[in-house]
Amino acid sequence: MKTEYHVIIIGGGPAGLAAAVAAYDAGERDILILEREKKTGGILNQCIHNGFGLTRFRESLSGPEYAARYIDEVEKRNIEVWKETTVLSLSADKKVTAISAARGVFTLQARAVVLAMGCRERSRGALNIAGSRPAGIYSAGTAQKYVNMMGYLPGKNVVILGSGDIGLIMARRMTLEGAKVHAVCEIMPYSSGLKRNIAQCLDDFGIPLYLSHTITKIEGKDRVTGVVISEVDAEKRPIAGTERHFDCDTVLFSVGLIPENELTKGAGIALCRGTKGAEVYQNRETLVSGIFACGNVLQVHDLVDFVSEESETAGRAAAEYVRRGAQPRRTVAVKNGKNVTYVLPQRIDKNIGGDVKLFFRVSNTFHNCVIKAECGGKILAKRTKRVAAPGEMETLILKYSDIGGAEEEITVSLEEA
Amino acid sequence: MTTKKLTCIECPMGCAIEAETEGERVLSVKGNGCPRGRMYAENEVICPRRVVTSTVRAYDGTMVPVKTAQPVKKEEMFAVIEKIAAVHPRLPVRVGDILYRGIADGIDLVAAGNAG
Amino acid sequence: MQIFDVIVIGGGVIGGTVLRELTKYRLNVCLLEKEGDVCMGQSRANSGIVHAGYDAAEGTLKAKFNVAGNKMMFSYARELGVKCEQNGSFVVAFSQEELQTLYALKERGERNGVPFLEVVGAEKLRKYEPNVSSRAVGALYAPTGGTVCPYELTIAAIGNAMDNGAQLFCDFEVHAIEKNGDRFRVATRDGREVAGKLLINCAGLAAGAIANLAGDPSLHIGARKGEYLLLDRESGNLVSRTLFFTPTKAGKGILVSRTVDGNIILGPTAEETQSRLTETSAEGLSAIMRKAQEMCPDVPLYNTITSFAGVRAYSDRHDFIIEESKAVNGLIHCAGIESPGLTSAPAIAQYVAETLVGKHFALEKNASFCGARKSDRFFAELSVEEKNKLIARDPAFGKIVCRCEQVTEGEILHAIKSNPPARNIDAVKRRTRSGMGRCQGGFCQPHIAELIARELDIPLDEVTKSGRGSNLVAEACK
Repeated sequence: MKTEYHVIIIGGGPAGLAAAVAAYDAGERDILILEREKKTGGILNQCIHNGFGLTRFRESLSGPEYAARYIDEVEKRNIEVWKETTVLSLSADKKVTAISAARGVFTLQARAVVLAMGCRERSRGALNIAGSRPAGIYSAGTAQKYVNMMGYLPGKNVVILGSGDIGLIMARRMTLEGAKVHAVCEIMPYSSGLKRNIAQCLDDFGIPLYLSHTITKIEGKDRVTGVVISEVDAEKRPIAGTERHFDCDTVLFSVGLIPENELTKGAGIALCRGTKGAEVYQNRETLVSGIFACGNVLQVHDLVDFVSEESETAGRAAAEYVRRGAQPRRTVAVKNGKNVTYVLPQRIDKNIGGDVKLFFRVSNTFHNCVIKAECGGKILAKRTKRVAAPGEMETLILKYSDIGGAEEEITVSLEEA
Repeated sequence: MTTKKLTCIECPMGCAIEAETEGERVLSVKGNGCPRGRMYAENEVICPRRVVTSTVRAYDGTMVPVKTAQPVKKEEMFAVIEKIAAVHPRLPVRVGDILYRGIADGIDLVAAGNAG
Repeated sequence: MQIFDVIVIGGGVIGGTVLRELTKYRLNVCLLEKEGDVCMGQSRANSGIVHAGYDAAEGTLKAKFNVAGNKMMFSYARELGVKCEQNGSFVVAFSQEELQTLYALKERGERNGVPFLEVVGAEKLRKYEPNVSSRAVGALYAPTGGTVCPYELTIAAIGNAMDNGAQLFCDFEVHAIEKNGDRFRVATRDGREVAGKLLINCAGLAAGAIANLAGDPSLHIGARKGEYLLLDRESGNLVSRTLFFTPTKAGKGILVSRTVDGNIILGPTAEETQSRLTETSAEGLSAIMRKAQEMCPDVPLYNTITSFAGVRAYSDRHDFIIEESKAVNGLIHCAGIESPGLTSAPAIAQYVAETLVGKHFALEKNASFCGARKSDRFFAELSVEEKNKLIARDPAFGKIVCRCEQVTEGEILHAIKSNPPARNIDAVKRRTRSGMGRCQGGFCQPHIAELIARELDIPLDEVTKSGRGSNLVAEACK
């Protein structure tokens, strides 16, 4: 068995596939994708709704259709993919230890590694909601797997906590399959999902959205029999007297996604508090030379189109790293300022050419505001926005000509008009 | 004249649109960020349509994603879903294969993913 | 109807260790469990502490069995392939008054026969446990204390007893007990029956009800609820030993401990309850958080992965009841087994077999008894070479199903097939840890449900989370 590869990509979801294609197209031929599932495509395979690919392909595709385009590209290039192979550990010197039925436990040496493991859903346990632990409590993605991949309806009467996109999509999906969705509760005063999903997943079916509400109790011994929801105050504390009871057999949680960085941490790679993913340069290289990260393991994206774009950057950079090795750097830090929760990349290497697209999220919903990137009092880029909300990732482009002169750290902030 | 407030579902921007109508006639559309938003608003006021996405169970039990090739009338969504339940294709199925011809006023149901 | 020498009622740690002890002799024994799996009561939701033995008053059964059980536990658990660790414990004092209580505890412990107790100053405490609050003034150090996984221990004891010939009846809720001559007949509501010469009542919260059915109204069992928070293994280095508050009149208070699996456990609350429901409450959980922060100000509560509650039985005697019934000959009670019941279990089991059962049977050794059991998580303990040999023979060991805890399909199939067989999601989870990690089963549950459906040859919509009525899904679509 071959045990050395130029580029090993951990994860064959949209990020890993796009990174592989880009690395190949940058001239690299010695690429291996390690995928834990039976087929590549990642979570897209269970996202059967449409709306993917509008930016990238100018078409509205289903998740599996979007995935199929990249799977085809990988196949066309004959890029090696080992499926049903789970990576167990990664070291800073780029040794990848994995397990599969076909190959047993084995260790490979890579010259460059691309981390593309995706993210997981926050579970009910992390929220400390009081009550019992009966059957019928699912994260929205788990319910999605039951319905779309396995063909089973998790329950008939549903209450959803969290108005993230997967929760909204599942409200519609369960309704179409014959369930009654009684309520979607959102602890924040605004939804974290896309506005169009509120319209086409809730409003179309008359499903009520309760903003500033949370589930305060789950009832039921064997299977869920009901929930209590309460309104919350500005500090997100339940307000006594606002309790409302729903009979239901199912509770879905759509309360956020967390990058799956266990392998990353194992390799000693520094993580960013804001993104919960690795700190990276604009070419998506982590602080461990030759290890790159992209997609939802790096930052949770709203749109797969941006995952593909980011992963191509990482894939190209990995190919270049194999070709040229580590290069000297001239680093400028990028920080989140007022009303901004994180910025990615966290570092810019001035030796890397080209404009830099900054990705970030804002801390609240703002109207008629200005987002800007500054360095030592000088504005490098700015844009006005009619509306900016935490649920939607923002971008700003820094011109290459402006980056060269940046000597201090660059700060991205939002000002209300 | 009445004013309808809509959220455009054509792209992730989700523009807030105001459409002024009189009967079946659309007088003006405001707030759309692009021409697709205007089209969406005009259709939405007169005859709202949606693409239906779902799954069918293939003969061997595999779930295959499907969608209507074009948007169908909103009020026909559940009728389409009912017809979808009776579709059981043989594998393999490729993206775009027609699995039910004319599932709603001349619109086909097509595979939205590869299987088998 | 099957006839046994001894019928044990209740598949918790006491019933399980008693059952196993009995299979060391030439006795025909069975275990009746009302739920769909063993270890469904207080044995699955407690602190998992091996107590040193300084808590209980001198002369009580609690003191006697605790100290004896502590001496047995670590080798007992290791023989069964169960994780345990004798890492010691601290009772922490936050005032001079509490420090005085520690000296009293130390003396009591020494009278009970607990070795190596030592009261240490704040400096030494913090050398051992750097994350303990700077307000702590000292601690009682008990190096013989430790931790064990309570449900692994219970499952392993019952599994090993079954390997040695004991029979298990699940979903067997005792509805009627009749005694004819020297034989008990025990029946469920739907008419399943077994008979036996001796009846051992290890029914936990239901011990009073079982005694009543058998004609002995003397047991009065109360219930106390304890809630817990569990933190991600990532936070596992918060403490290296178990930290208790100094007991006050109000009780022992909560503990901060590292489980044998490396998670941090915080709790329990102690609340009198009439209900048997293991519900957590907002008040309980916030009380735990507050107290945990008092003990360790930096406790990373944001790393909580789950919360849960257990309901524990206690008797109005406030000591263990381990005796033959005065009203009904051949009925043996192991009741009111509150803390330190887990620690005491091996010693209680030995006493019950040798002394209480021994009174009725001339005990002959079972020559074919084998006390060793392979851990349900044996795969993780193998070397790479051994793993590869096993994968070559059975490829299921090469498939990771639970990514957070790195559990293979081979281990899950093993849990479904070996004694005591796992027949639902939570049963598989207790044996393999699948679904116990940070994603709490979000990714692996559907896959495990498919494996259970396949192995038990049932449709997926009959697979349950934790037994009757807890079906995972409502129905098949289309």
